[in-house]
Amino acid sequence: MRFVDEFRDADKALALSAKISELCEPGRHYKFMEVCGGHTHTIYKHGLEDYLPDSVQLVHGPGCPVCVIPMGRVDDAIAIAEEPDVIMTSFGDMMRVPGGRGSFFDSNAAGADIRMVYSPLDALKIAQANPAKRVVFMAIGFETTAPSTAMTVLRAEAMGLENFSLFCNHVTIIPAIKAILDSPDLRLDGFVGPGHVSTVIGCRPYEFIARDHGKPLVCAGFEPLDILQSVYMLMLQLHEGRSEVENQYSRVVPWDGNPKALEVIARTMQLRPYFEWRGLGFISHSALQMRPEYARFDAERIFDVPGVRVADPKACQCGEVLKGVLKPWECKVFGTACTPETPIGTCMVSSEGACAAYYNFGRFSRERVKSATRTVDIELSPAPS
Amino acid sequence: MCLGIPGEVIEILTDRPDLAKVDVCGVKRNINIGLLEGEELNAGDWVLIHVGFAMSKIDEREAASALEFLEGIGQAYAEELAALADSEAHRG
Repeated sequence: MRFVDEFRDADKALALSAKISELCEPGRHYKFMEVCGGHTHTIYKHGLEDYLPDSVQLVHGPGCPVCVIPMGRVDDAIAIAEEPDVIMTSFGDMMRVPGGRGSFFDSNAAGADIRMVYSPLDALKIAQANPAKRVVFMAIGFETTAPSTAMTVLRAEAMGLENFSLFCNHVTIIPAIKAILDSPDLRLDGFVGPGHVSTVIGCRPYEFIARDHGKPLVCAGFEPLDILQSVYMLMLQLHEGRSEVENQYSRVVPWDGNPKALEVIARTMQLRPYFEWRGLGFISHSALQMRPEYARFDAERIFDVPGVRVADPKACQCGEVLKGVLKPWECKVFGTACTPETPIGTCMVSSEGACAAYYNFGRFSRERVKSATRTVDIELSPAPS
Repeated sequence: MCLGIPGEVIEILTDRPDLAKVDVCGVKRNINIGLLEGEELNAGDWVLIHVGFAMSKIDEREAASALEFLEGIGQAYAEELAALADSEAHRG
């Protein structure tokens, strides 16, 4: 593990930190939300909150696709897996997510065949190798992974595969941001925009946030300095009375996104009327399903999916964590009943979840950052004359 | 799953133009490049890979920085790399 005191750009970080402090208006508090699990990771790993003035707070949004899957969808996937001759497949992150009736691992132990795959193309390969089986891929993720799923369906179609289908759980980022903007729980001053999602959708879809809600958004990269610079860009916009969409991560994110990726999503999938998100409830047009033209690849049409709603365990406060209302350590069961080894909630399961990130790094980095910044402070101070 | 892993293109497969042989941290795998349609891709170029698909073309400096981010993450990255190494569909 790399420690914070090895943070090689600590001096640049401190310089940005000073510039951010200069922009703080006395008595004003600033709250920015990052909606990408990768950013959450960087923030905790490098203790970035300790580089910010006390009046600037970062809150973590619903940026982890595994975390926002409601328990009922896990149960639905298990119900499909229990149908005769089914091999269910999904990403490793899904295996330990608890549903109302246990996780995929529990279900495997009880006799179902649920396999972990690296990519949807692996699921396709399993379907080819097992013509007597019905292979289902549980697709999850934001716009980052949806194009891969779409490409896989097109490939299955081209190959004429008849024993492959998708249990589609792709979600879209914009309606989630809208729901958060409409929620009375949080007063946000701006957003650190997601990095990888934006490589697909580009920057334009965020324009309504700046235009209609008067809040700035800056698409950010994943290095500690990227995030601090994005916070600086947000602060500068507020200071100058602007609310715009800016692209700090232009070295990877094109303003118009990836047209081919958007095209294959649109060709194979359409928006659902509504979808349930853990913590955020039902959000209109916030998820994707297969288009009717691809019904033969749609597990929800092929199998009888129970679609039962399962309430989260009472002790679990993932919902509040996903909305940014609670910090991970403020949850009643954080680090005691709920740990990465025995997770109660999704935020502790996925490595991209805020709770797992804080559990693995945050607790340790806070103190180190304090001592590291102290050391650098001393080094940077001009020698007494 | 959401981790973007950088890889260096070794060759574009002539019999499957939607695939490229890519070196990902020393492991050579076939990566789908269908989503980069319209971009010129040659041996020596770097791409950012999500679940077996190249999502964007990046420069070498960005690849190094992405790698540094991933190494900092630790276990999740190790698991993602191991999954890619085991992946049947992406074996060359």
